[in-house]
Amino acid sequence: MADVRIDGVGKKYAGRAVLSDLSLTLNDGECFTLLGPSGCGKTVLMRLIAGFETPDCGVISIGGEPVADAASGQMLPPDKRGLGMVFQDYAVWPHMSVFDNVAYPLKLAGTDAVALRERTLRAVGLVGLSGLEARLPSQLSGGQQQRVALARALVSEPRLLLLDEPLNNLDANLREEMRFEIKALQQKLGITILYVTHDQEIALGISDRLAVMDENGVLRQIGAPEEVYERPVDDFVFRFLGIANFLPVRRDGDSLYIGGSMAAWVGPPPDKPGATLTAGFRPSDVLLARDEGGSDGLPGIIRRASFLGAQVDYLIDIAGTLVRAALPSHECLARNLLFVEGDRCRVELASVQWFEGNIVAGDRA
Amino acid sequence: MSTAKDSRFGTPEILFGLSVAVLVIVVAVPMLLIFFNAFWVDGHFNVADVVKVLRHPETYKALGNSLVLSVGVTITGTIVGTFFAWLVTRTDLPFKKSMKLLFLVPFMLPAFIGALAWKMLLSPRAGYINRFFMDVLGFDGPIFDIYTYAGIILVETMYLFPFVFIQVSGALERMDPTLEESARISGADLFTITRKITIPLVLPSILSGALLIMLYSMAHFGTVAVLGIETGIYNIPTLIYEKIHQSAGSFDSIRTATVLATVLVITAALILWLQNKVLSKGRYQIIAGKSFRPTELKLRGLRVPLFVFCLLYIGFTIVLPTATIFMVGGLKTYGLPFTAENLTLANYNHILFEWDLTRDAIWNSISLGLSSALVTMFAGVVISYVIVKMKVRGKGILEFLGMLPFSVPGSVIALGVILAWSGKFGVNLYNTVWIILLAYIARYMAFSLKANSAALEQVHDSLVEAARASGATMAQALRDIVIPLVRPGMIAAFFLIFLPALRELTVSVLLYGPTTRTIGVAIYTLNEDGETVYSAALAGIALVIIVLGEVLIKRLVTGKNNS
Repeated sequence: MADVRIDGVGKKYAGRAVLSDLSLTLNDGECFTLLGPSGCGKTVLMRLIAGFETPDCGVISIGGEPVADAASGQMLPPDKRGLGMVFQDYAVWPHMSVFDNVAYPLKLAGTDAVALRERTLRAVGLVGLSGLEARLPSQLSGGQQQRVALARALVSEPRLLLLDEPLNNLDANLREEMRFEIKALQQKLGITILYVTHDQEIALGISDRLAVMDENGVLRQIGAPEEVYERPVDDFVFRFLGIANFLPVRRDGDSLYIGGSMAAWVGPPPDKPGATLTAGFRPSDVLLARDEGGSDGLPGIIRRASFLGAQVDYLIDIAGTLVRAALPSHECLARNLLFVEGDRCRVELASVQWFEGNIVAGDRA
Repeated sequence: MSTAKDSRFGTPEILFGLSVAVLVIVVAVPMLLIFFNAFWVDGHFNVADVVKVLRHPETYKALGNSLVLSVGVTITGTIVGTFFAWLVTRTDLPFKKSMKLLFLVPFMLPAFIGALAWKMLLSPRAGYINRFFMDVLGFDGPIFDIYTYAGIILVETMYLFPFVFIQVSGALERMDPTLEESARISGADLFTITRKITIPLVLPSILSGALLIMLYSMAHFGTVAVLGIETGIYNIPTLIYEKIHQSAGSFDSIRTATVLATVLVITAALILWLQNKVLSKGRYQIIAGKSFRPTELKLRGLRVPLFVFCLLYIGFTIVLPTATIFMVGGLKTYGLPFTAENLTLANYNHILFEWDLTRDAIWNSISLGLSSALVTMFAGVVISYVIVKMKVRGKGILEFLGMLPFSVPGSVIALGVILAWSGKFGVNLYNTVWIILLAYIARYMAFSLKANSAALEQVHDSLVEAARASGATMAQALRDIVIPLVRPGMIAAFFLIFLPALRELTVSVLLYGPTTRTIGVAIYTLNEDGETVYSAALAGIALVIIVLGEVLIKRLVTGKNNS
């Protein structure tokens, strides 16, 4: 069990700064996710913590003990940091059986034979692979190999577990199942977990806290999942956490209009100053109504309607801007809201994030 | 990987330095000395002298011969190789699988032993076949004289055509048959398909195999030495041999040899460059990936005649010479007819148990093969590790130095080793077994690097990092993860070196001393000295050792794959 402190860390590759002056603290026993687009430097940060890379500047400490200090050149090798790590490609040793893979950290630690066997079998059981101890990795599915990697990382009860996109190569069902399992294990064992991913769904689902990193290795926001999701500090974070709609809004005196049109803005008032604003909202924030006399809301035209089973997906033209809406199918059926292309509708927004300036809409689905 | 930041010379730097040192001493110094001796006279850079050497009739004749012979062998070998490759992959020839294996047998047999057999069969006066025609059938003269360009080309073709055969049959097997089928649907007949689709698609493989034949033939010593010297046909390697051996090391002859070696190196580099160009062409990608089931051409009426033709070819090129070697090796005196009372096992007994010269030769070859294979295997795994896995500056040099001998003919390596280790720099290894060992290490390093790099590239960095994260030191990670995973590559490297070293002639013939003959040298010199029966008997024993070795590898390799 340990907290991790990263203090003013920078790292350059071939003259290009991947991370600069980055500071971050992971609390003891929490599951912390580093969320960012691929190539943003999140894996570099994890490798710095693991000790596979040396920082150009700054200090990294685990459990209060500095493990890398660029100023003094002090550097604890990865094998002395007391970590467990699961790699993106599992890195299960192909020449060792499941048992030998999982037992290896204990063997290195000089654990006596009885305890080694007992703890290895327990770790294998923990990830649900009991009975497969004698198998070679080539005889396992991808998901099973991933569990072996997880068991291997957990067996020595490390103070810190580093997970580098470990669920990437799994199919959707297995990914979900493993996500729950990792979370359950963490709660059971009380270890600190750093989880690196570009998948916002996993990040929101698994973390106690998460940090969103942008393409330049800058941390945009750190907080609990619901906090980051509900109150994104900027449009990057907003976009990164799900499908984002943006509507340009113009303030003229006390009146609000949509974009360059004369259509009046109807909905929650802006909490930001300025003449040019952008309203951001999720497809699920959209409430629809038939365009009949007396109905409120922004006027829209349905451009595309897709029935997807549990929900209906609409593409709506609001004064020249296309936005997406997702409505529960049962609600559409009950309230006669099954539109076809070309239908007119009224749009109300349950919740809006306001951003200053005009943000070019871009879907990050 | 990770070392303390302040220690500038951690493990990577030490390993890198060691690797560079080994390759510089073993490879770079000898090679540089060749160029130095060729172009540097009395302290000056001198091209005029190089031209003078090249204008000497003896030199340009040898150059011309090398060209004529290698071009001839390349043409015939490519035709033979392509034809048989097509026959065993794209037709309904009977017993195709076994035939395919049989066509690979010539690869195992050393060409100079084949040359020896053909000399016994077709030398104009004493050859058994020629004598049969003259004495029994009453011909006026020999029906074929093997001591000619045609003879040399024929013999080399028999042993070199597998280069093309392997490449082309592989390409034909991997080629997607739908490419041909779609042409067929478009209305093309089989002849048009072959001409417009099949041949253009396999052309890169044909060319690359052809260039390999050329490279090999250009640098080939044995066949020309056995069949050409009698009538004055020299190529570059045999002329280098003459210069070094018969001039007792005078400076002029060494210079001539270095100039010849330089020409050989440049030609070889050119051929390899061409081959690279051919192989890197985009169209080659069409025949990549998994094995398809190619469409077969029905041979119909030609099926049996072509099958008989293949059997005859194999009988004539493999069985006949091999049998000749063993039979002649059993004769009481060379020239006697093969009758029961003329045959004896005494020669074999003498060679194996009584005669020091041959016993030494067998012992030398085996110990040289084992030690060069072991040294090269271990050095190769370390150097490959630095090249593939470590982040150090300048490892391109390592790759270049290590792969250099791949394009350098054996006689050139031998010459370079003589220049470097004959006392010029305070170390005189000439006439000792060590100089041969050094030359073998230089020559076979590229084999080891190829096998080991291929194995190491399979070992992803994350496997080692996972071990480090599990608490393993770098040394423990190497011991527990890397070494077990590259072991198959190391074993492959060992045999890739041990077997060729066992039958090696080109290098050792330039380096041997009174007690350091190898099997190849002993066979060759015994033959030169007119001890034909002993030469044949030793060749027979060499063939047995080689075949046993090959079988052993096949066992080991397939055994590994099954487990």
